[in-house]
Amino acid sequence: MIRIENIHKSFDGKPVLRGISGTFEKGEPNLIIGSSGTGKSVLLKCIVGLIEPDEGHVYFDDKEFTNSNRDTKTEIRRQIGMLFQGGALFDSKTVEQNVMFPLDVLTKMPKAEKLDRVNFCLERVGLAGQNHKMPSEISGGMKKRVGIARAIVNNSSYLFCDEPNSGLDPQTSILIDELILEITEEYNITTIVVTHDMNSVLGIGDKIMFLYKGEKLWEGNKNEIMTSGIKEFDDFVFANKVMRKLREI
Amino acid sequence: MFLGSLFVNRETFRTYFKLTIEECIAIGINSIFLVSLVSFFMGAVTTIQTAYNLVNPLIPNYVISLVVRDMTILELAPTIIAVIYAGKVGSSMASGLGTMRISEQIDALQVMGINSASYLVLPKILGSLLMYPMLVIIAGLLAIVGGYLAGVFTGVITATQYIYGIRFDFNEYTVTFALIKSFVFAFLVASISSFKGYYTTGGAVEVGKASTSAVTQSVIAILLADYLLAQLLL
Repeated sequence: MIRIENIHKSFDGKPVLRGISGTFEKGEPNLIIGSSGTGKSVLLKCIVGLIEPDEGHVYFDDKEFTNSNRDTKTEIRRQIGMLFQGGALFDSKTVEQNVMFPLDVLTKMPKAEKLDRVNFCLERVGLAGQNHKMPSEISGGMKKRVGIARAIVNNSSYLFCDEPNSGLDPQTSILIDELILEITEEYNITTIVVTHDMNSVLGIGDKIMFLYKGEKLWEGNKNEIMTSGIKEFDDFVFANKVMRKLREI
Repeated sequence: MFLGSLFVNRETFRTYFKLTIEECIAIGINSIFLVSLVSFFMGAVTTIQTAYNLVNPLIPNYVISLVVRDMTILELAPTIIAVIYAGKVGSSMASGLGTMRISEQIDALQVMGINSASYLVLPKILGSLLMYPMLVIIAGLLAIVGGYLAGVFTGVITATQYIYGIRFDFNEYTVTFALIKSFVFAFLVASISSFKGYYTTGGAVEVGKASTSAVTQSVIAILLADYLLAQLLL
């Protein structure tokens, strides 16, 4: 479980996050949604420690992260897996080397065991046999799947996904969403997904946090989005014609 | 602060050893061709031009190779090659790290709990410190060989005169001085270029700017350090 308390962040005096608090539970994908520029990715980066919040606390299973010392931060970070918007695969390494990377650097596992684990993770994300391809030789969807494999290879307790569907076709987006859901449930990990894709919201949104202009405006699940009663949230959810029609029905 | 951050929260010795070897290949082995080519012709041109300027019949011909030797060891091999090194290796370091920064690869390392500065930059600095002095030694040798071939084939100096000049009144300290300079330049190029690349923000245009800026600042630092070292050590 991850808990955030009163997270504030400003850039050049301009507030981007204004006192966000919330809890992200284990075993179900927790979605942070909102329009572009509302601070979703900044919040995610504050949680994983890539950006230092101006104020507030982040707890990983009741262990304080934000104000902890370097060793504690490193210890927590080594349980984190993150899927970046562009995949963030290492260009000079093959798919296999990318997935094996956390094991190479962070563990003393024998080579054969590492290879077994990598093959298992690649198979899990549907990329068996793609070991020796370079990131430049695979599609955007495959890059995301390699990113997921790399994020889970070290048996991470926390999975963070920053816009996992950006740049993907609807079909591949659904596959990625389903993969995230399956992995979260199967390994009982705490997953936070930042997205503005309504398909994801409707597909895996068991717990949703809606951000608007740096504030948390609504929290709920996919079954409650029709009845939020919050104008800003409705504007976001029903921006799409299909969704508007669905509401009318 | 940046250099200090390289030594905290480090990975295992084995990891750094492997990365440093990779950097040595990228920095050193891949630069041999360019360094060899430049230094060979540098020696050849220095010989021809020195011969062209030494018109006094009272000055013996072996002075040509003596001038080539001292210029090569004291200045051309460590300093001019450092400028080329900054252009080739420095820009590659800065653009490589800059691309890693904008494509979130550095963030990915950071999230995994790896000290990205130490993991990425320390091997580059170590690789540079190990390889650049070797490149300088190769450059010095090839410049002298280039001078010999150009001098002998164009007939401005005989082989015997050239070798006599190379050995005449040789001060070993010049080699020590050249190697001290090479260590300093290697450190400057690697650290400045890494710093510029590591802290790149923005997109592809900024990566290009970081690369250009890394080369410019490295060259300025090399020239300043060259002057200071000459003042201090000669």
